[in-house]
Amino acid sequence: MVNEYLAVFIFLVIALGFTVAGLVTAFLVRNSNPNAEKESTYECGEEPVGGAWIQFNMRYYLFAILFVIFDVEIIFLYPWAVVFKDLGLFAFVEMVLFLGILVLGLAYCWKKGHLRWE
Amino acid sequence: MNVSYGLENIWLWFTALLEKLFGWFGLPYIFAYTIEKIIFAAALLAFISISVLFLIWMERKVSAHIQSRLGPMHVGGWHGWAQTIADMVKLLFKEDIIPAKADKWVHRIAPIVVFVPSLMAFLVIPFEKNLIGQDLNVGILLIFAFSSLAVLAIIMGGWASNNKYTLIGGIRSAAQMVSYEIPLVLSVLSVVMMVGSLKLNDIVEAQSRVWFVFSQPLAFMLYIIAGTAEVNRTPFDLPEAESEIVSGYNTEYSGLKYGFFMLSEFTNMLIVSLVAATVFMGGWLGPKWLPLPGIIWLLLKTYLIVFVLMWVRWTFPRLRVDRLMDFGWKILIPLAFINIFITGLFMVIFK
Repeated sequence: MVNEYLAVFIFLVIALGFTVAGLVTAFLVRNSNPNAEKESTYECGEEPVGGAWIQFNMRYYLFAILFVIFDVEIIFLYPWAVVFKDLGLFAFVEMVLFLGILVLGLAYCWKKGHLRWE
Repeated sequence: MNVSYGLENIWLWFTALLEKLFGWFGLPYIFAYTIEKIIFAAALLAFISISVLFLIWMERKVSAHIQSRLGPMHVGGWHGWAQTIADMVKLLFKEDIIPAKADKWVHRIAPIVVFVPSLMAFLVIPFEKNLIGQDLNVGILLIFAFSSLAVLAIIMGGWASNNKYTLIGGIRSAAQMVSYEIPLVLSVLSVVMMVGSLKLNDIVEAQSRVWFVFSQPLAFMLYIIAGTAEVNRTPFDLPEAESEIVSGYNTEYSGLKYGFFMLSEFTNMLIVSLVAATVFMGGWLGPKWLPLPGIIWLLLKTYLIVFVLMWVRWTFPRLRVDRLMDFGWKILIPLAFINIFITGLFMVIFK
C-alpha cells in the first residue's frame, strides 16, 4: 500500500500550483503603469510621516507567549483525548493535575493583570 | 443509515476502473493513487471556487435583504448571479501596486501563504464516507494545523506593506486569532474524548444516534463563537475594521493578490462551517426515512451555519479590542476547560 501522507504532498503541490498559476495569469494579462504617486504608502491622502516598521505595544508579545504555552498544552491534550476512553479514571486524574497547573498559571496571569488590555 | 447511491459510488467506481487500467499496464498502485488524488484535488478546487463565488454573492444578498436593499441585480440576469464572477475577472485584470517602501517579496508571497493552507484543510473533510481526499488518522488536527497558518500570512501582509494601518490590522489579527484558536481547538477536544479518534469519518459515525450538538451544546457554542473570531467576521472583525483602519492588513493589496485574501477569507468561513457540520451536526448522516446522498445533507447543514454566520455579521456591532481579549481569555478559555473537565467526569462516572 501507499503511505497515506502522500496525499498531503499531492494536495500541497496542487494547491500551490493553483495559487501560483493564478498569480502568473494575472501577471500576464494585467497592465502595469507604476508611478511614484501610485506607489506611495496609502494614508488616506495624507503624506505619511515616518515608516511603519516601529515598535508596537508590548501586550502583543505577552499574548503570543501565553498562546504558545496553551497551544503546546493542546498538543499534549489531543493524544490523551484519543485514548481517554480506554484509560479511564487514572488518565482523568493525571490530566486534571496537568490542567490544574496550567489553569493556575492562567489565574496567576489574570491576577497579575497580564490579561488586561490597556 | 448510509445510503447505497450517491456521489461516492461514482467515485468508487471510477477509482476501481483507474486501478484496473493501471493494473493492465503493469504499473504499481502508487501511480493510480497519485492520479486519483490529483483528480480529486482538481474537483475539490472547482468545488471550492464555485462555493466561494457563491458565498460572496450570498453574503451580499443576505446583507442587502437584512438592510432592506436588493443587492446586486443586473450582472448575469437573474438577481445578479454573475456579479462575483465579474468581480473576479475585474480583479484579475487590475493593476498590481506594490508600495515603494514595502518589503516586496514578503508582500508577494503573503497571498500564496494565506490561500494554500485554506485549500489544504479540505483534504480530510469527508463529503461522503468514501468521498474524501484522504481519511488521515490525524484528521481534525490537520485542519487546525493548516488553518492556523493563516495568521502567519496576515501578519506577513500587514508587516510587509510598511503602512501603519496594515501593521495595526496585522498585529491585531494575530493577537485575536491566536487568542481564539485556543477555545476553538479545546471545544473540539471534548468531542474527540467521546469518540476516541481524530478521523473525521469516525467522528461522523459516532453521531449516528445523537448529534454532538445535543450532547455537547457548550462545545458547539464555543466552537461557533471562536470560529467566527477565527475567520475575522463581525462582531470580531477588528483586523479589518473599515471605520478605523481602512481595510486592515490588506489595505495595500490590489488586483488578484487582494482577491486571494478575500477568497481565503470566504474559504476559511466555508471550512469553519464544514467542520462544524461534520463534528457537531452529523456530517453526511441524514435521517433514515429520506435517503438523499450524504453530500446533500452535509452541504445543507454547512449552508445553514454559513447563513447564521452572515446573519450574525449583519446584526451585531463590532467589539472593542479590550473587550474582545477579555472575552476570549477570561470567558471562553475557562469555559472550554470546564467543558473538558465535565466531559471527562461524566465519562469516568458513566463508563
